[in-house]
Amino acid sequence: MLSDQDRIFTNLYGLHSPGLDAARQRGAWDGTKFLLEMGRDWIIEEMKASGLRGRGGAGFPTGLKWSFMPKKSDGRPHYLVVNADESEPGTCKDREIMRHDPHLLIEGCMLASFAMAAHACYIYIRGEYVAEKHALQRAVDEAYAARLVGEDNVHGYPFDIYVHHGAGAYICGEETALLESLEGKKGMPRLKPPFPANMGLYGCPTTVNNVESIAVAGTILRRGGSWFAGLGGKNNTGTKLFCVSGHVNKPCNVEEELGITFRELIDKHCGGMRGGWDNLLCSIPGGSSVPLVPAEQIVDAKMDFDTLRGLGSGLGTAAVIVLDRSTDIVQAIARIAYFYKHESCGQCTPCREGTGWMWRVMLRMAEGRAQKREIDMLLDVTKQIEGHTICALGDAAAWPIQGLIRHFRPEIEKRIDRYSANPHSDAVPMAAE
Amino acid sequence: MTKILVDGIAVDVPAEYTLLQACEMAGAEIPRFCFHERLSIAGNCRMCLVELKGAPKPVASCAYAVKDCRPGPNGEPPEVLTRSGTTKKAREGVMEFLLINHPLDCPICDQGGHCDLQDQAMAYGVDSTRYGENKRAVEEKYIGPLVRTAMNRCIHCTRCVRFLAEVAGVPDLGAIGRGEDMEITSYLEQAMHSELQGNVADLCPVGALVHKPQSYNVRPWELNKTESIDVMDAVGSAIRVDTRGREVMQIEPRVNEDINEEWISDKTRHAVDGLRVQRLDRPFVRDNGRLRPASWGEAFAAIAAKLKGADAKRVGAIVGDLAGVEEIFALKALMGSLGVTNLDCRQNGEALDPAWGRAAYVFNPTIPGIEAADAILLVGANPRTEASLLNVRIRKRWRMGPLAVGMIGEATDLTYPHVQIGAGADSLAALARGEHSFLEVLKAAKAPLVIVGGGALAEPGLLAAAALLAQDIGAVRPDWNGFGVLHSAAARVGALDLGFVPGDGGLAFGQMLAPGALDVVFNLGADECDVGAGAFVIYQGTHGDRGASRADVILPGAAYTEKGATYVNTEGRVQMTNRAGFPPGDAREDWAILRALSEVLGKRLPFDSLVALRRALYAEHPHMAAIGSVEPGDAAAALERLAGLSGEPGKKAFASPVRDFYLTNPIARASRVLAECSGVARGRVLEAAE
Repeated sequence: MLSDQDRIFTNLYGLHSPGLDAARQRGAWDGTKFLLEMGRDWIIEEMKASGLRGRGGAGFPTGLKWSFMPKKSDGRPHYLVVNADESEPGTCKDREIMRHDPHLLIEGCMLASFAMAAHACYIYIRGEYVAEKHALQRAVDEAYAARLVGEDNVHGYPFDIYVHHGAGAYICGEETALLESLEGKKGMPRLKPPFPANMGLYGCPTTVNNVESIAVAGTILRRGGSWFAGLGGKNNTGTKLFCVSGHVNKPCNVEEELGITFRELIDKHCGGMRGGWDNLLCSIPGGSSVPLVPAEQIVDAKMDFDTLRGLGSGLGTAAVIVLDRSTDIVQAIARIAYFYKHESCGQCTPCREGTGWMWRVMLRMAEGRAQKREIDMLLDVTKQIEGHTICALGDAAAWPIQGLIRHFRPEIEKRIDRYSANPHSDAVPMAAE
Repeated sequence: MTKILVDGIAVDVPAEYTLLQACEMAGAEIPRFCFHERLSIAGNCRMCLVELKGAPKPVASCAYAVKDCRPGPNGEPPEVLTRSGTTKKAREGVMEFLLINHPLDCPICDQGGHCDLQDQAMAYGVDSTRYGENKRAVEEKYIGPLVRTAMNRCIHCTRCVRFLAEVAGVPDLGAIGRGEDMEITSYLEQAMHSELQGNVADLCPVGALVHKPQSYNVRPWELNKTESIDVMDAVGSAIRVDTRGREVMQIEPRVNEDINEEWISDKTRHAVDGLRVQRLDRPFVRDNGRLRPASWGEAFAAIAAKLKGADAKRVGAIVGDLAGVEEIFALKALMGSLGVTNLDCRQNGEALDPAWGRAAYVFNPTIPGIEAADAILLVGANPRTEASLLNVRIRKRWRMGPLAVGMIGEATDLTYPHVQIGAGADSLAALARGEHSFLEVLKAAKAPLVIVGGGALAEPGLLAAAALLAQDIGAVRPDWNGFGVLHSAAARVGALDLGFVPGDGGLAFGQMLAPGALDVVFNLGADECDVGAGAFVIYQGTHGDRGASRADVILPGAAYTEKGATYVNTEGRVQMTNRAGFPPGDAREDWAILRALSEVLGKRLPFDSLVALRRALYAEHPHMAAIGSVEPGDAAAALERLAGLSGEPGKKAFASPVRDFYLTNPIARASRVLAECSGVARGRVLEAAE
């Protein structure tokens, strides 16, 4: 379990003021100038040494990502874009950072921008996060007023930071769709390559990072990459904000070491499983887009990138959704399928047409109004969507259903049998949407 | 050059090629819907997915560059598999997704028979369906009088959106909604306001956008297709005339990289119904003030009675906008034999003279040459209405990189940004004096281009001013020819080439029209003017329009789809139409009418067939034999001649000869479809004015 000394987000619960003075007392903006003076390469090397993997879901090493930016500008400006479009169902970690620890984020923006020779940073906030936008803007204004950032700041590195409020589309959390949206266009993902590091915002080299990845940078650099690397396991280093929701006694956000077991996470921080551990049905360990993991596999699993990938799932954003035996699992996944159908941008064919198809079949399966051969057909459809789309939303829509069929095929079959055995019954009541 | 393996075949391609291009080089066929050579890459249909060895998932070949492929572990060239199981499965999957919400209405769909979705479903799809849910229903949209929508069929390839935004330059179409609910529409279902909107129906790979005027009327397999040339403007777009029986059913574009690429304007496409109505299908003679149907013999006799013994000085001949070179040649020969020198073809009053050299009245830089220009000055030219496809070329050039465009003339939306320098001759003079900063831009340009249009051709002084300015900015050099005259009538350059202008002491166009100026006027299809009172008018043409209503004798001729005629476009490019059908009723090909008339007049023309006529034509004007090519003229000398013209430039604002784009000639005026387009366009102007 993470000791209090190793916590990065010391005001996660908003017990203290989010203001600049309080943040400084907690360590933010401490020695930033010194860190900048250590130089660009040092920062990137420290980030690489820390083993920090991107906190937005894909888990790409952050230091490596920063090093992809051109070393020398070819005349085009560089940009840092912070992805605060936190819309993955179950995820609410960035929200807390922006509400209660915004200065960690702003300082991280400064450090990351410096490391990538960017003089401007855009923070793209999810449309629904209105209070967070105000909180963050307040913090940015404070930082400007204290000349911590700005054209002429105490750190001697001209740097501007802009908070941009989105309009509430899930797809704008995809990095290239976010850039399109930021440019004022329709939020539709771009074709890759070229990757944003070459052709990003306004055609200039750009790095898009998650809020949490950027917010931890200041503390990592202050305490050293080796400190961060010492937490967690190999390849899965450091601390992570877990957002535990669902059928636990006390759902919460908590910063923990990567590699903590599922059981410990729930028992220590969430007051245990509702109805005891035998009541656990399964968990969706990384936000709605990763496949579920059944109870017997997840309960003692380490919560880190590689272990969960080994279980056929993923850590994603570490939004742990816990489901107990009272859950109508087929209906739950059908609801997730509806979400992806609703949020598909409509640009490319497999996702546009396939998400609706999957949802409709799922809806019938939740009722049992289906044929057993349709289970395999549905699985095949998910395979036809996965990997054939421009962005990862197609994959994200396919995986939950694949997970369901992989682990709960008997449950679906049982429903189909029940429905066909009793053809005159009323429709099986469905959970309210 | 990069080496790449496509299905085991090694090809060397430039690194910036896409995989799709590389595959085509290797002879592999890649299915596609959203990809189009002349539009930006969208990569959204996913039909062109191919397996790339080493890539974790199939890649969209239309958008993936060869240079982005990684070589194999031992430096082997990247390998693309277009026939592998992965590729096949990906295509089948995408095809299935495209079809699940596509209605099964092929039997009543106008796209049937030339539908990409049909063809590719046969080639790359599976034979059965697994989709049992309800299909999506989408409301039809109104997007203008020329394109009918059936949005259930839309596969969201966005070709139409990209065409309008990129080529046509109007942001009228877009997609609203997202996911399954994405729909292509115009803003609040307004009509598209582009003169190229018909092309979106050609681009549509399915039957979602089809041509409204011919909907439910034609099937592609029942049409005879004739390759021909358009005469609605002086650009001479390459077209294909589709006929069923005697009737022209539709006109489609053909590819001609030098002129229209593969687009045509709406006027070109939809003048078709004008070919059916208001036609002159028999000769008419005016008796007691009323035109009555007559036989050819009666008509010729009436003409002969007037012409025999008439003073040649009191006889004149004018040529309109749609006449082919052959009939102009025949008319000139006939008038020559009668000793008539009152000849003119310059219906818009252009002050151009073939004696100054050909380069003085053609578009010297040529249409593909526009792509080399880096600054353009439009003098009295509105290319959007006078030569839509030429405007497309300017816009294409503008999209390729920085292009400065200056405009002297009526302020208008040219679909690309331009500097409005002024409205008339004063502004031209001021620009030449350096009182407008655009002169610096022109002088600094490496390849400046001066386009003089119909609004500025009437005054010799204006031509001189424009030519002097062109000389001043170095528009004409041995390596660059940047002075062009933009015509708006298909017949004009051909007639000027033949020298159909007043001979010694002859009257010019306007003078001939004056009341009492002439006793007999032979009007070969000039419908944009009124012959003054007093003259006996012989009208030879195709439609009962302005010219015919003033005529005393009407000789029914053939329209451009009904004869093989030569036209010279504004660049000076010689092109030939082909006969796709026959003229209606007693109407005849125009050269043959003149040949028959010459017999009656006792001045037999020395050719008995079109071949013989052309032999005589080519002997006199050898460049007419070089079909499809432009004979370069000596622009520097022509510019010298133009610059030496004397006369006042005048003070009037330039007015384009094209007042209503959709109604510029008798065929277009007879078309109900174009009348509707004109109404929509006028309504828009009114709306804007309010």
